[in-house]
Amino acid sequence: MSASGGPAVLAEALTKKFGDFTAVDHLDLRIERGQVIGFLGPNGAGKSTTIRMLCGLLLPTSGRASVAGFDVGREPEAVREHIGYMSQKFSLYGDLTVRENLRFFGGIYRVRREDFAERMRFAISMAGLEGRQNALVHTLAGGWKQRLALGCAILHRPPVLFLDEPTSGVEPEARRQFWDLIHDLAAEHVTILVSTHYMDEAEYCNQVALIDRGTLIAMGTPSELRGHRLSGQLYELRCSPLGGALKALRGVTGVVEAAIFGDRLHVVLAENAPAGADIRRLLSEHGIQADLPRRIMPSLEDVFVQLVSRGAEHRVTA
Amino acid sequence: MMATPADTAIRVQGLSKSFGSVRAVASISFDVVRGEIFGLVGPDGAGKTTTMRMLAAVLQSDEGEIIIDGVNVAAEPERVKRRLSYMPQRFGLYDDLTVSENIFFYAELFGVSRTERTTRSETLLNAAGLLSFRRRLAGQLSGGMKQKLGLVCALIHTPKVLLLDEPTTGVDPVSRRDFWAILYDLRESGVTIVLSTAYMDEAERCSRLALLHAGSIRYCDTPARLKEAMPGALLSVSAADPRGVREALAGKPGVLGTLLMGDRVHVRVDDAGNRIPELQALFEQRGIATAPIERAEPGIEDVFVALVGGGSRS
Repeated sequence: MSASGGPAVLAEALTKKFGDFTAVDHLDLRIERGQVIGFLGPNGAGKSTTIRMLCGLLLPTSGRASVAGFDVGREPEAVREHIGYMSQKFSLYGDLTVRENLRFFGGIYRVRREDFAERMRFAISMAGLEGRQNALVHTLAGGWKQRLALGCAILHRPPVLFLDEPTSGVEPEARRQFWDLIHDLAAEHVTILVSTHYMDEAEYCNQVALIDRGTLIAMGTPSELRGHRLSGQLYELRCSPLGGALKALRGVTGVVEAAIFGDRLHVVLAENAPAGADIRRLLSEHGIQADLPRRIMPSLEDVFVQLVSRGAEHRVTA
Repeated sequence: MMATPADTAIRVQGLSKSFGSVRAVASISFDVVRGEIFGLVGPDGAGKTTTMRMLAAVLQSDEGEIIIDGVNVAAEPERVKRRLSYMPQRFGLYDDLTVSENIFFYAELFGVSRTERTTRSETLLNAAGLLSFRRRLAGQLSGGMKQKLGLVCALIHTPKVLLLDEPTTGVDPVSRRDFWAILYDLRESGVTIVLSTAYMDEAERCSRLALLHAGSIRYCDTPARLKEAMPGALLSVSAADPRGVREALAGKPGVLGTLLMGDRVHVRVDDAGNRIPELQALFEQRGIATAPIERAEPGIEDVFVALVGGGSRS
């Protein structure tokens, strides 16, 4: 099977069962080359199982998937040779130097001896680690470590890269530099799958795939998901006390969802909801002072929570 | 925020702590008012956990003073411990005990009476949505449920002050929302909460924030006022080719920073009114197709980068 042309990742009815439990249920997914795609899903949604199958670490029960043109069921070794993986904890060796870590991972990824010097130079310059080749890794700040981990994961030039919450806990500015590197790689047709619980990481992705109960429940650009996926319009409501307001709004016709967010409420209103002034009046009858609701752009988290809880309700009634 | 002494739940003055040659916390001061959710926000290594441990009276400071609910922590650590609850990053749950057994264990530890523990644990389990999981082994709970159980255990003795060190790390967004709903309920009942987080989007949910960097508090205010303090304005430019947009913006006057997102570019400019038409004209002239430029609300990360920057280390 060829490694060029075609989508970077293609899954068709991909299914994984553990005993009676179906972790991944006929998942279809197509990811073109050069995309940065965010994988979101609640714990237990089948996200990690999907990724382990796509990495060639776990065989599917049925269905099929290919990564970089190789079938995960029939050619798992070829899949593993054509992917890079960077975990949250950046599995680096703290008591080895930058250069020694790179050499170690170069060995694991079987980088050819004659290519190694060039690959190492590339990784070091990409990570901005020039002059620090001999520094012990545990002495590096978080941002450096993170870029070194990325350097190690791409030593063998994998066309597909898996990242697991790559920027958690890293300095904001270092974090932004990291995402620039990711987009540089994508511009060179590397496909990057980012698995995360954090919506601000998802905002850096070209496409976001939302997985729940083992299937793909939504996919689109961050803007598409924000724009079209709520069953109503999102409003911000400044009011006090917040808890009382929340209780007063529950059960009002057209109020799809209400949640406290910092010092205000986020309320999703359907078309048949009362007008802003009426909501304010209703709250004041409960002794709650409120501003007029202000329409805001939903965050990816708003969309995520609504889609996933809709699934949960469905599950309870089903 | 002006606070009378009676409103002040926590007062921290000139607090410092070094480990060897590393100054983990460098003379920080802040007040937390009763009923606040106060966030210590910063990346790993900023000093969040060290500060939390000193507040919880499990780590002695080198310098400075902490008063919690009128009690000096250094002078009377045991008296303080009865008034607060501290949930470290890894809360000690017993995997081979059930949910109920874990709660009773902590009730025993905190000296909560038998009658009180039953009613209290019912209320807390209900709020946490864990009532039907009472007999499940803690080791079989999901990450989000474990965090909620940790919170229930930490609240069993009705503390006045709750200290949470990165409570939602690894918790999915749905569980995180549930967790925050519990925190807001606690706040309404008068509990003061101090929480640390490395996640800037989570910081938005606090009533007040301290931005921590290399052991110092760089800014401390409400999320809304921190956003107002950010110099310039944030614009969002959606485009099919965000990289092209960013390249076109390099070195343009009034552009203070650019950030490449998945399907758009965030641009910080000195003055939105003047720059929006200028930039729109620039894109047209270069033949770059974009959606109309919109103003975007800055997030706490934007504020952090603009006010604190990356520091010298990265």
